[in-house]
Amino acid sequence: MVDILNVSKRFGDLEVLKDITIHIADREIYGIIGQSGAGKSTLLRCINGLEDYQSGEIVVNGVKVNKKDEKALHELQRTMGMIFQNFNLLERLDVYDNVALPMKFWGIDTKTPEAKEKIEGLVRMVGLEEKLHARPRELSGGQKQRVAIARALVLDPKILLCDEATSALDPAITRGILDLLQQINKELGITIIVVTHQMEVVKQICRRVAFIKDGRVLAEGRPEELFVKPEKDVKKFLQSDSNLLPAEGINIQLFFTDKTDEPIITMMARELNINFSICWGKLEDFRSSVYGSLVINVKEEDRDNVLAYLNRVGVAWEVL
Amino acid sequence: MLDMIFAAFRETLYMVFWSTIFSILLGVIPAVILTLTAPDGLKPNKAIYEALSLVVNIFRSFPFIILLVILIPFTRFIVGKAIGTTAMIVPLTISAVPYVARLFENSLRETDPGVIEAARSFGASDAQIITRVYFKESVPRLVNNVIMLVISLIGYSAMAGTVGGGGVGDVAIRYGYQRYNTSYLVVCSLILIVFVQLVQMLGNYLYKKLS
Ligand SMILES: Nc1ncnc2c1ncn2[C@@H]1O[C@H](COP(=O)(O)OP(=O)(O)OP(=O)(O)O)[C@@H](O)[C@H]1O
Ligand SMILES: [Mg+2]
Repeated sequence: MVDILNVSKRFGDLEVLKDITIHIADREIYGIIGQSGAGKSTLLRCINGLEDYQSGEIVVNGVKVNKKDEKALHELQRTMGMIFQNFNLLERLDVYDNVALPMKFWGIDTKTPEAKEKIEGLVRMVGLEEKLHARPRELSGGQKQRVAIARALVLDPKILLCDEATSALDPAITRGILDLLQQINKELGITIIVVTHQMEVVKQICRRVAFIKDGRVLAEGRPEELFVKPEKDVKKFLQSDSNLLPAEGINIQLFFTDKTDEPIITMMARELNINFSICWGKLEDFRSSVYGSLVINVKEEDRDNVLAYLNRVGVAWEVL
Repeated sequence: MLDMIFAAFRETLYMVFWSTIFSILLGVIPAVILTLTAPDGLKPNKAIYEALSLVVNIFRSFPFIILLVILIPFTRFIVGKAIGTTAMIVPLTISAVPYVARLFENSLRETDPGVIEAARSFGASDAQIITRVYFKESVPRLVNNVIMLVISLIGYSAMAGTVGGGGVGDVAIRYGYQRYNTSYLVVCSLILIVFVQLVQMLGNYLYKKLS
């Protein structure tokens, strides 16, 4: 369990985190999303004590993250594995030794049969048993991230922190890594905190997500909620491509959930006996359910009729 | 002639070998302190970094021949005499320590900061990061640095020879230059050139092998 309570952090005069409060449950996959410079990485680094914070508190599994209590923090760090955008593997160690490295930091003998089994088991789990003695330079980006994941799990952490873990990978490889993270969450019961600026990542694996802007949590909830009823800034973040809408008439954005199974659009046209054009549409795949969003352009005089109709059939809308 | 040059070459080897060993042992310490206290280090400390950096720069800019003379009392104190191959190891070492410090500092600091961050996230101590990350990741660069060190010590040892240090440089000056015996000069120079070349080839091989 990770409880972040009213946490603020400054770098000199620059206030990077402002009164952040987030509660993350055990075995949850929690997303933290936001633009570059929002303070996502800083928040993640505060959680595992790589960075200090000025006020508020962060409690991980009942223990306060406190840089002053070095011993307690050190023990706590053992329960949190971390993976990074640039993988951060040691170039001169092979896959096996990279995965073994955290054990060495903790004085665990890596030559014992149990240790060997553990390391090889993790390498197998991430699907790299054939590369056990390859150097990082001989691996692809996706393979490197798999090694980093195995390394992050070698100390049996309870929490896995992922900082832009898929940002350097192409979509197909990203999907593979996300599947692996989901598998780890399910099979090992590890809580995963995912920091990203990619909506796709959050949609595919996160149960809940916090949207951060300028160091503040602007919205929090299930990804589909953030998407279907977006707060102003969230919306801006989600659709930088929606400014190609016609300047004439009224643009209305409709949000569909998978519970909407009537052919709303054609029904509306027939019932109200009006014409309108469809300007923009998008289907989003949230874990297993599909959500859609559509922007239609109606004439000024049809506006009230259309909105009344939408209210009647229970479709969420917004005038743009 | 060849016997004499051969003996002198062994003296050169002796001086270069020991001054390399000692200057590495002594130079590693300031190199690690510089790496730790640098702005991007594990324990950034501007005052210590700048001060040590200045000392290193001052020693590096000292002309070797002057250092040699200034260090005579110190050399006598350490070795018991100020002349001869063993005595020459002292000024050679002292002149090379700041060079080693700077070279090693640069190499260590080239370590990917992300890797250091990762090590910290797994709870590595500073000492573990120094040995298991900084040094481990820098091995090829450090080997390269040692090769550069050996080559420049070969040059300096030849210079030291001129003030009674022995070695190939000594022979070249006393027999070749002062007695107008060109063949000595040529053979001595050739030996040094071939030696430097071999060291460089070994270095390149090791760098490839290690990285
Ligand atoms: N060590 C530091 N010293 C001073 N300022 C910093 C430091 N680290 C981060 N910052 C600043 O804090 C702000 C938040 O940075 P952070 O890295 O947390 O953002 P981010 O949301 O992770 O962005 P990105 O998506 O680019 O990784 C930025 O303005 C950054 O310049
Ligand atoms: Mg970041």
